[in-house]
Amino acid sequence: MIRYLVLVFSVFAFTLAVHAVAVDEKPLADPVQEARARALMKEFRCLVCQNQSIEDSNAELAQDLRMIVRERIALGDSSDNVRAYMVDRYGDWVLLRPPLKSSTYFLWGSPFLVVLIILLVVMRKRRSAAAVPQPLSDDETARLAQLLEDDT
Amino acid sequence: MQRFVPLIVVAVLVMLFLGMMLSDRNPNEIDSVLIGRPAPEFSLPSLAEGAAPLTTADLKTGEPVLVNFFASWCVPCRAEHENLMILAGKYRVPVIGIAYKNEADKARGFLTELGNPFSKTGLDLDGRVGIDWGVSGVPETFLIDGEGVIRYRHWGPIVGSSLEERLLPQLEALQ
Repeated sequence: MIRYLVLVFSVFAFTLAVHAVAVDEKPLADPVQEARARALMKEFRCLVCQNQSIEDSNAELAQDLRMIVRERIALGDSSDNVRAYMVDRYGDWVLLRPPLKSSTYFLWGSPFLVVLIILLVVMRKRRSAAAVPQPLSDDETARLAQLLEDDT
Repeated sequence: MQRFVPLIVVAVLVMLFLGMMLSDRNPNEIDSVLIGRPAPEFSLPSLAEGAAPLTTADLKTGEPVLVNFFASWCVPCRAEHENLMILAGKYRVPVIGIAYKNEADKARGFLTELGNPFSKTGLDLDGRVGIDWGVSGVPETFLIDGEGVIRYRHWGPIVGSSLEERLLPQLEALQ
């Protein structure tokens, strides 16, 4: 029974895996090159669907761009060359991971900035909480003595 | 006062995010990286039978020209077509058409049906020229100055106020 279930599940798992790869496309013959192409496809935004990579997308443009990525790799382009090819046409917007440059320093730095602000606030709070209480003034001492006396 | 600080921070964030969500900004409309650069080199078969191919040289006429990527299967292209006719007719701007992933007879049928605003039309059957121009979908329209440099890109159909408020001011700046 369990064996049967395992079989059924693995059939499902494999069909899903097959679906993830676009059926109409021929992968590169060299598995190393194909792996590099696939890794790159995950980095590029599908400009039609916007929140999918071209590897995920069924859009026709994504299909064309996948073809171009494979072509460039097959021609011997480095991954950086392929990235440059895409950015040259579609701008940084095509990269799902924005590059670190002067216009994006704030974008990349803002999480650290927030952490820094939180740290400063926490430190200030701690310092004020830990402040040594002032000794009683003469008036206060007299009043305290009086209260204690009243009690007895 | 101090106890209201978190509330104020949250309120400001809510307003910020809500504002960004409700404003209909389209990231596709960010300026194309090609602006300020010479139009990418290309050579495409002409839609008119027997005519010379459409090439980058056709863009360097000494006066501003528009390059419009269109397709007969594209619905928004139909919507903007009238404005292309106006640009070519009333404003006398040469408009060059590039049929994106469109077979010749279908593109021809489209222009016969709606009128032909294009001074020249090229066929980009595999869409590679479109990709070189950073086109993400049809229609897209590029404004080229007399030297063949891209000055403006209009993403999507030229409809509604786009002609008067966006394209024409850019065009007038060049004329």
